[in-house]
Order: sequence, then structure tokens, then C-alpha cells
Amino acid sequence: MNRILEVEDLAVAFRGEKVVTGVGFHIDRGETVALVGESGSGKSVTALSVMQLLPYQYASHPSGSIRVDGEEVVGASEDDMLKIRGERVGMVFQEPMTSLNPLHTIEKQIGEILYVHRAMGKRESRERALELLDMVALPDAKERLGAYPHELSGGQRQRVMIAMALANEPDLLIADEPTTALDVTVQAQILKLLNDLKARLDMALLLITHDLGVVRKMADRVCVMTQGEIVEHGATARVFDAPRHAYTQHLLAAEPGGQPVRAEPGADEVMTAERLSVEYKVGRGWFARSKAFRAVDDVAVQLRRGQTLGIVGESGSGKTTLAMALLRLLASKGEIRLDGDSIQGMKAKELRPFRRQMQIVFQDPYGSLPPRLSANQIIEAGLKIHRPELTAAQRREEVGRVLLDVGLDPETQDRYPHEFSGGQRQRIAIARAIILHPGLVVLDEPTSALDVSVQAQIVDLLRDLQRRHDLAYLFISHDLKVVRALAHDLIVMKDGVIVEQGPAADVFDAPKTDYTKALMAAAFDLEALSVE
Amino acid sequence: MAEATAPASPVAPTDGFVVGADHQKRWVSPLTRRRWANFKANRRGYVSLWIIGVLVVLSLGAEFIANDKPIVMGYKGELYAPIFRFYPETEFGGVFETEAVYSSHHVQELILDGDGWMVWPPIPFSHDTIDLYTEGTVPEAPSGRHWLGTDDVARDVVARIIYGFRLSVLFGIGLTFLSAIIGIAVGATQGYFGGLIDLIGQRLVEIWAGLPTLFVIIILTSLIEPNPIVLMLLLLLFNWMALVAVVRAEFLRTRNFDYVNAARALGEGNFTIMSRYVLPNAMVATLTYLPFILNGSITTLTSLDFLGFGLPAGYPSLGELLAQGKANIQAPWLGLSGFFTLAIMLTLLVFVGEGVRDAFDPRRSAV
Repeated sequence: MNRILEVEDLAVAFRGEKVVTGVGFHIDRGETVALVGESGSGKSVTALSVMQLLPYQYASHPSGSIRVDGEEVVGASEDDMLKIRGERVGMVFQEPMTSLNPLHTIEKQIGEILYVHRAMGKRESRERALELLDMVALPDAKERLGAYPHELSGGQRQRVMIAMALANEPDLLIADEPTTALDVTVQAQILKLLNDLKARLDMALLLITHDLGVVRKMADRVCVMTQGEIVEHGATARVFDAPRHAYTQHLLAAEPGGQPVRAEPGADEVMTAERLSVEYKVGRGWFARSKAFRAVDDVAVQLRRGQTLGIVGESGSGKTTLAMALLRLLASKGEIRLDGDSIQGMKAKELRPFRRQMQIVFQDPYGSLPPRLSANQIIEAGLKIHRPELTAAQRREEVGRVLLDVGLDPETQDRYPHEFSGGQRQRIAIARAIILHPGLVVLDEPTSALDVSVQAQIVDLLRDLQRRHDLAYLFISHDLKVVRALAHDLIVMKDGVIVEQGPAADVFDAPKTDYTKALMAAAFDLEALSVE
Repeated sequence: MAEATAPASPVAPTDGFVVGADHQKRWVSPLTRRRWANFKANRRGYVSLWIIGVLVVLSLGAEFIANDKPIVMGYKGELYAPIFRFYPETEFGGVFETEAVYSSHHVQELILDGDGWMVWPPIPFSHDTIDLYTEGTVPEAPSGRHWLGTDDVARDVVARIIYGFRLSVLFGIGLTFLSAIIGIAVGATQGYFGGLIDLIGQRLVEIWAGLPTLFVIIILTSLIEPNPIVLMLLLLLFNWMALVAVVRAEFLRTRNFDYVNAARALGEGNFTIMSRYVLPNAMVATLTYLPFILNGSITTLTSLDFLGFGLPAGYPSLGELLAQGKANIQAPWLGLSGFFTLAIMLTLLVFVGEGVRDAFDPRRSAV
């Protein structure tokens, strides 16, 4: 047995405040250990401690020891750490967009590592870079050497990141949320790649994630972290089947689930759209003829009162564009009817009274609330426009009422968005959308940026609101589990067109097209099915 | 639709929700109160604001601090207020029908002869009073009579600094305020609408910024007699561009944010979105620049005066004081007084500006 990493009684403090305490675990060669927890649980801080990459002007280790191949890294000199980082331990980060330098080619970025650790020359490092890119199965590796990060897709960038982390054949690979920013089908491919590479290079893999599905698929052993401590530790199957600690039980039970609200058959149509298309002009120049790119191509939707239409698809499939076009926030062609009135072609002023019937909740609760307005000011904006007869005190009361409706304390309405947690902020965004009692609410990935247990709460809240207010939802998500918990009907989109649609239950149980099948396999079983 | 109002919420609707008279008060103030608390937490800015505030208020009453006319006086049992009213010398038994020169010994004797009394300001000279009774040669060194000496035409330096300070601050604030309004409006329009409007606007701004500012102002001031208002408008022609780039960048960045889309989905008009949703974001960047623009405005006025192309002779000007200091190296009190006045004023304004900037940043928690 070959112990690669051993962490004992590790503590991390920021400005004297302990964020991680008493963390201990170990990884043997050929093993995958997952650190799982919600945001703020200390899992990333633990991983960064192994690399000694914390901001040590604020951070310190009051106690603990971390040994890589038996060598102590806590308090090791920077020179020693340089030999460990990249050489014996490689790391892959969550965000492939920002972890690659946008100004350098792929070849240069991989070559840099080879130069630093192996002092390789140009020709040598080029060969090695090609070898590495082949290893991570980057298609057309030879042509991609000269490419800049923006020329690659998210999954390809993550492959390059993995290639860089593996450049010196480390004993341990730390993957910090390696697939969170990726589409489900790509996620499945990357996970498969990580598994293959681990076996091939005989490494140990430390996987940091919040996604229980990924843990179950990948890990041999799992450490559950919350509030800076490991509360449960054991073989994956044992932890999932018989969780001992209350927090683990809570986490496992928190997966969004349940059934959609019972639908009234033959409910009124709130919104319908036919032959809807959105075009972008690309390649615009002074004299060049501009080409059109169809982000949404000839799509038809019907939304019924009290029911949810789910739209699923991967990034770039046009689902958000479709939603923005339906709300007349983007120019489009085709017919859009709201409660029977055609709203396509209306001027901004004519459209204004219709706006109160259709509202939207966005994905990122940090970007969707204006940071410099209080919760009260954010939520009452709609009242000011559509119910100008209300006095300030009446508006305040109304805001308080809707805050209760979404499960927040009305007394908090004078706080600024940054004083709320992610889930609370999403509740505020929902309050803003429903204060005018709209018929239709577009939910654009409302749970994707939230922790699992918060996701479940938001899904419950959305179902509850739908039942009480008879709302029609247009629910956009790439997370099929959440969609299944809410949607009555389902549309699967790819490249701007609908590839499959029908009652949600039918599509989930018996997908007809290959694409839908691949999507389902990737989402529910984390299996990469090849499409076409 | 509207029937769905009643919240069937698990929590009782009025639980913990105070409906009462203090609504209005709490509703307006918590936000501003927090900003004020944040500002106060920055001791340096807070103290600087107090100092500069006191100085500005005092200088607004400069006529009562440094003047060549008595504040009040009695003459033959009647009260006179020479600062506010015109009294010819004949009123006090003199011969000229022009305004009495209260500082002349002759007029003072006339008044005392008529059982009169006079209450003088602490500095019995105005900014343009030529002290005819000074004993030494001009420029005269600091003394009990002239605390910081006199300039080369025997005018009291302290009096000139007080009036000059007032003029500089008011001029600077006025110019900054107008520049900010125009700059924000132009930057916001360009950034928010983008596209062709932005393209054309940027080119115009670039061309306008390419004009040789100093020469144009010198030419214009030689054509038009520049009083402070005219000079301010002339400087405004070139000063408003300072904020355009910052505000435009902030608007370009913010206009595609989700909360702007959410506001559009609510049916907010463009103007409301710009002023209420996007502008507050641009305000921190703007406020960071404002003290520098204010300082820049004051410096511009001072340097024009220093070069002799600013305000005409007769206006109390710190630039002119510096120019005199340069011309009279043997009289260091002129240059030093001017330098310290400017240095202290500009430094205090920067400290205040930093405090204001921190106060408007809600992410900065007051410690």
C-alpha cells in the first residue's frame, strides 16, 4: 500500500478565525477520495492547503500536518513547494474560462510547466504537449496547439487544464469542482476521462464537489464536510446507503425531488408562441455582407395556467434566448400571444401594461439584484410602475406580504442584497417577480447557482407558489432532476431547434431521440453516450 | 388573478411585521443613515469635512472677517451698517459724495468728532484694500498689522487668502458639479444605448478632447472679459469629459446585467433604468473621481490666474498670490502663504472625497 496524501488534524484560520478544524483523511495510490459539502464548508480551503496556495498573509494553519508521499508541506519553504506543486500534485480548477490565461496559446501554457519543472526545450515540450493533449483526448490536438483558450469550448478547456495538471505525471490529482461549470454530457465525458487517466497513470484522485451524483459515480471513499469539519467518513456505498451523521442524512435527503403540482386538465393558455425565431447578425464589417445566426429557429410553445413547461438543453441551445424573446426582451420574429393578445410588434409603451402579466427570475442571485438598492426598493419597483395609486406605506406593506409569501422576514426589507445568502437572494428575486401577481413567470435556471439543500427549498417554494397563485412557469434548466420535480411538459432544445417535446413523464420515461437519450444518461447516470 | 392576493403563507401575515407610524421615518433613513455612519467611521475624512466645512462657512462671511468697512458704527446717536449700505462721505460731514473711505484717518476723525464709534472686523482690510498707512516698503513682511504681510501693492495677504479661498472653493464646486452633470449624462447615454450612439459620441468626445484647451481658453479670455461665471463656463467646455469614460464604461458593463433585464421585464423605462439601476453602480467610480476633479478645477483656476489669463485684476486669487510670490522672491511670505493655503485645501478635499467614496460603498462594512 502506498499512501500518497495524509492529512492530520488540519486547521485553517483566516485572520484568526478558524474556518477548518481537525480535518484528517488520507489517500492511497489508485484511490479516489471525494470531499463533499456545500459552499462554505471548507472543502476548497482544505484542498488549497495541500498545495499551500492559500493567501498566507491572512491565512494560517494553527495546527495540523499534511504529508505528500511522507513529506511535510505545512510550513515547507517556497522552493520545496515548487517541487511539489505541478510535479507531485496537480490541480484542476472549476472554472476553465478563467484558469487559463486568455493571452497565451495552449502550447505556450503547457510548455511553461514543462520548462519550469523539466527545463524542456521548445521542440521537446511541443512533442510532450501533443502527447498530453492526445492523452486527454482533445480532438485535432495538433491544430489546437496554436489555439487560444477562447477558441476552445468549455469541455475542451477543461481537458487542457487536465493535461497541464498531468504534465509531470503527478502522484496526486486534485480536482476542485472539475465539472460544475460544464454541460451534463460534457461532464460525463470529463468524469470518464478522469477515471481512465487515474487508472492509466496509477494516480490518486482527490475530488472536491458538491454534487452527490458525481461522488457516487467516482469516489471509493467519501468525506462529508460541513462548517469546516469532516462529519462523516467512509466507503462511498456505505455512506450513501447508511449515512450515520445527521448532516449527511440531511444532504442526501435534500436532493430536489417530489412531483409537479397536479395540473388541471384543459387549463387556459397564458402564452403561446408560434414560428418564433431569433437571429443574430455575425461577421459584421463595413462592406462584408453580414451573416445571420439563428439562435432560436422556428419554435412553438404553449404555456397553460398552473402548469410548468420545462425547457432543457445544453449551453448554447437557445433556451435562454427563447425565454428573453418570449418576454419581448429580445427582438424576434413570429407570433407571441399573451392571454390572447398579440404582443409581438407592440411598442415599449403599449407593452408596459402587459409586462405585469409576465415576469422572470434569473439564474445568478448575485447578478440579478441591483447591488445598491435595498430589498424593499427592488421589490416595490413593479408596484411603482403598475400600481401607482399605492402610497409608500401601502407599498411597504405589500412588499412585506410578498416577502412572507416567499418565506423571508418582512423586517429584513431594508437590507441590501449582499446581506442575504444566495438562497435568500433568490427568494427576493422571486418576490420581485410575483408581487404583481403575474400569470406567467419565466424561471431561467433559478436553482443552478445554489447549494443542493437550498435548491430543494427553492423548488418546494416554487411548487407552493404555483399551487397557491395558479402560476404558469416556463422553467429553463440544464439540471434534469430539478426539471423532473417541476415540469408537466418538456421541450428538449439543441442548436436553437426543438428536438423532442411532449408530456414530461413520457419524455423522461421513454426518450425518443438519441440526443435526449444521451442527455438523460448523462444527467441521471453520469454516463457518456455517444451521439450520432 | 388579483384574488390570489391573500397569502396562505405558513407564517401569520402580521407576525413580527410592524405596521405603524414610524414606517415613513424608517423607510427613508436606514440607507442614508448607514452611509453617514460609514462616512463617520473614516475619522480622517470626517475631521477633514468638519475643518473644510468650518473654513467654507467662515469664508462665506468673509466680509465680516476681513473688510475695510466697520461692521456697525454709530454717528451722532444713529446706527450705521456700512457693509450693507452705501453712505457718502458727506453723511459724516466730509466733502466727497463718493462712498466714505472708512480706513482713512480723515474719515475716522470726522466720525469720532460726531460722537461716533466703530466696530471693525478682526482684519480691517478687504482683499482689494491698499493700505496707505503702512510704514515699511511693499511687499511688507508679516507684522502685527499685517499677519502675513502685504503683497506688492500693499494689500493684506490674510484678507486676500480668505477671499481667494472662498472664490476657489465656490468656483471649484460649481465647475465640478456642472462637469459631473454633463459628463454623467453623456457617458450614461453612450454606455446605455451603445452601438451607433456610442460610436459617434466617442468620436466627438475624442475630437473635442483633442483641442488645445489652454490656447483656446487664452484666446477666448482675451475676447471676452472673464468674470468668474464666464470663466467657469469656458472651463466647463473642456472639463466635462473627465467623467465620460468612467461612466460610459460602467454603463456598458452593467447594461446587460440580469437585474437590468429584470427591470425591463417589469416595464421600467429607459430613464428609470439608467438613473435608478445602473447609475448607482457608476456612482462609486464617479465619486472616486469627484474630489480629483474638484481639485483639478481649483488647480486650473489657480494656474490660469498664475499665468495671468484667468480672472482680471481686482479679483482675490490664489494664483495671482503665487505669481506675486514668484515675482518677489525676496518676500517669501507671499509664495509660502499661497502654497500652504492651496496644499491644505487640496489635501483636505481629497480626504473628504475618500470618506465619501467609502460611505457609498455598501459592501464596505463600518468598523
